[in-house]
Amino acid sequence: MNKTASSNPLQRDIKTIVNAGLVRRHAAERRFRWYGLIAVTLGLAFVVLMFGNIISKGYPAFWQTYIQVPIQFDPAVIDPEGKRDSQALQSADYAALVRTGMRRMFPAVEGRMELRALYGLVSSAGALDLQKRVLQNPDLIGTEQTIWLLASANVDTLIKGNIDRSLDETLRPIKDDQIGWVDRLQSAGQIEKQFNTILFNSGDSREPEQAGIRGALMGSFYTLLVTFLLSFPIGVATAVYLEEFAPKNRWTDLIEVNINNLAAVPSIVFGLLGLAVFINFFGLPRSAPLVGGLVLSLMTLPVIIIAGRAALTSVPPSIREAALGIGASKLQMVGHHVLPLAMPGMLTGSIIGMARALGESAPLLMIGMVAFIVDVPKGLTDPATVLPVQIYLWSDLPERAFVERTSAAIMVLLAFMIVMNGLAIILRKRFERRW
Amino acid sequence: MLKQKLALAVAATLTLAGTAYAQSARDYISVVGSSTVYPFTTTVAEQFGKANANFKTPKVESTGTGGGFKLFCGGVGVQYPDVSNASRAIKKSEIESCAKNGVKEIVEINIGFDGIVVASSKKTKAMPLTIKDIWLALAKEVPEPGTGKLVTNPFKTWQDVNPTLPAQKIEVLGPPPTSGTRDAFVELVMDVGCEEFEAVKALDKKQAKGVCQTVREDGVFIEAGENDNLIVQKLVANPNALGIFGFSFLEENLDKIQGETINGVVPNFENIASGKYPVSRPLFIYVKKAHVGVIPGIKEFITEFTSEKATGNEGYLANKGLIPLPDAKRKQVAADAKNLKTMTP
Repeated sequence: MNKTASSNPLQRDIKTIVNAGLVRRHAAERRFRWYGLIAVTLGLAFVVLMFGNIISKGYPAFWQTYIQVPIQFDPAVIDPEGKRDSQALQSADYAALVRTGMRRMFPAVEGRMELRALYGLVSSAGALDLQKRVLQNPDLIGTEQTIWLLASANVDTLIKGNIDRSLDETLRPIKDDQIGWVDRLQSAGQIEKQFNTILFNSGDSREPEQAGIRGALMGSFYTLLVTFLLSFPIGVATAVYLEEFAPKNRWTDLIEVNINNLAAVPSIVFGLLGLAVFINFFGLPRSAPLVGGLVLSLMTLPVIIIAGRAALTSVPPSIREAALGIGASKLQMVGHHVLPLAMPGMLTGSIIGMARALGESAPLLMIGMVAFIVDVPKGLTDPATVLPVQIYLWSDLPERAFVERTSAAIMVLLAFMIVMNGLAIILRKRFERRW
Repeated sequence: MLKQKLALAVAATLTLAGTAYAQSARDYISVVGSSTVYPFTTTVAEQFGKANANFKTPKVESTGTGGGFKLFCGGVGVQYPDVSNASRAIKKSEIESCAKNGVKEIVEINIGFDGIVVASSKKTKAMPLTIKDIWLALAKEVPEPGTGKLVTNPFKTWQDVNPTLPAQKIEVLGPPPTSGTRDAFVELVMDVGCEEFEAVKALDKKQAKGVCQTVREDGVFIEAGENDNLIVQKLVANPNALGIFGFSFLEENLDKIQGETINGVVPNFENIASGKYPVSRPLFIYVKKAHVGVIPGIKEFITEFTSEKATGNEGYLANKGLIPLPDAKRKQVAADAKNLKTMTP
């Protein structure tokens, strides 16, 4: 038919018609490409704006100001009885050592208010730091050491240039005297910025300079552990059963519709469910990663099931038929051939589901994980909070120095997200087979 | 059926885990309640944990005052919290629901005051406001200037409200009705401001309450969410707006925003502490007496909270923006707290 049509005079007519419309069609295509390009640029611009804002606010939080103070480990203060009794060493007045050290650096400062302002330059964590040093090494007693002590949050903010010095004294949190002392210390080289290990090593605190995300990170870890241990095996088993074994009838259709619905339910609903079922009915503890994990696994399960079924359907039927053809049972066929081939896709889906669970905060509000927790959680039933909730809590505090720490915590959360999503992409690229 | 057996097994494990937890005593204090009191209670909790090596640091949840009482009044036992933060006094209905669940002995501790400020960006000129001005600017229905008849609020600028004020558009950012700050603002400003008008006095009690407390909904009053830092940021971005929030946020941001004088009184530490500044409210913590001696450290925690070094004139909570009680009252509160004096129903 076509061959005879090629010599048809109508063909030429079509050609002219096509040629006439070509300019318009090319223009439309070019326009469409431009729209696409503009959309992508706009999207990228917003991402850059958001990241730029967070990073410019948050990166100073990774450095922390320290002040070098000569500390005399006076035996009369630490251990007046000279027994080196650990109980006595523990309860000694280390804050007094810090105060003496500060006075020795500025002997001219007198008067109660002035001294209070002077002691305010260093953080109250200094005393704990000295206590730890003495307990580790009692030989320090009686010696004199120069020790870098943590500066208070106000000094830290000043050094980072976030306090306007030109303002009137009453309008800024740090007074003229204190700025004078800080400037003197700085010119003497006794102020230094060091990498902020506290941010990663300690739990929450109401003093910005002592606040860290270790507690929230461990809370997130335990919560995700529970989520993964529950939702991955159950999700994979459900996907395999529904895809490979279940008969196709009204009931399995109903289940499928419900699973798809669950994936779209707002997460706060799972929080309410968790509160009603796990805490009020089963009496599990509030604020525990165990409950958080249970709630988040309800949320993650549908995602894993849907991803798992998609991965299973992408395994070609010829593999199943070949396995059955050489005498494998259905279970062997699934266990030896289909599941290993579908695994990369399932893992990718699970990792994306887990990343979503890591960033989730709404359902955890309902089960008491919006809490101030200083002690780093050590188990599944210890009270804990998670990273996104920590960000929420810090953003609501009045102290100015928490602003940069909030942004720093966001950066850490984003880093985890990028790593998890990157892992998912690598897994897909490296192991997924296409037929 | 296998499925049913499985479901049963899961339920049994969960219940077992739950009861096992309930039987093992909780060894840390659990605090719930107001997000306004949260910054203060957490500070005390941290200090308490550091100073007492043999007690764990208390857990402080931020649930809001009402949500806190709901949990607190749930019953007696380790699964219920020991202390509830409140930015207002406990309501009669809450005491009743507590009693119904067996929580009969409650210790009320007034920890200090919090000022509510009306603030604006430093870029604009300060506005000397009165409580009457604020009510006229924000109420949904106000007496018409000439006739005194109640009409839908016609005022567009502050000058319309009071000729001595600048001709600046009325725009106020404030907390939503779920917030304790809003409750206190309504009680201390709106209820007081409307009392000065004959037209309102003439109404019966219920109607008057509605007229006094209803905030206009024509976009002049903007509910800006619970986060006070957000309101501060919005004020800096929009110099024409006024914002309503807690005093500690003003104190931390004095370089960017200014507190307006209300009835001629500047919102500062001294004026709120002395009671001169009219918009301040008491803050409380409530302690379940039945848990003292069961959960370790409650008595010591209360002692720390009422000590001079925490809630005193130069205590560490004053640095965080809490306004201490007058000296005599503070001594009384500390003594009552020490004796665990319960509320008389």
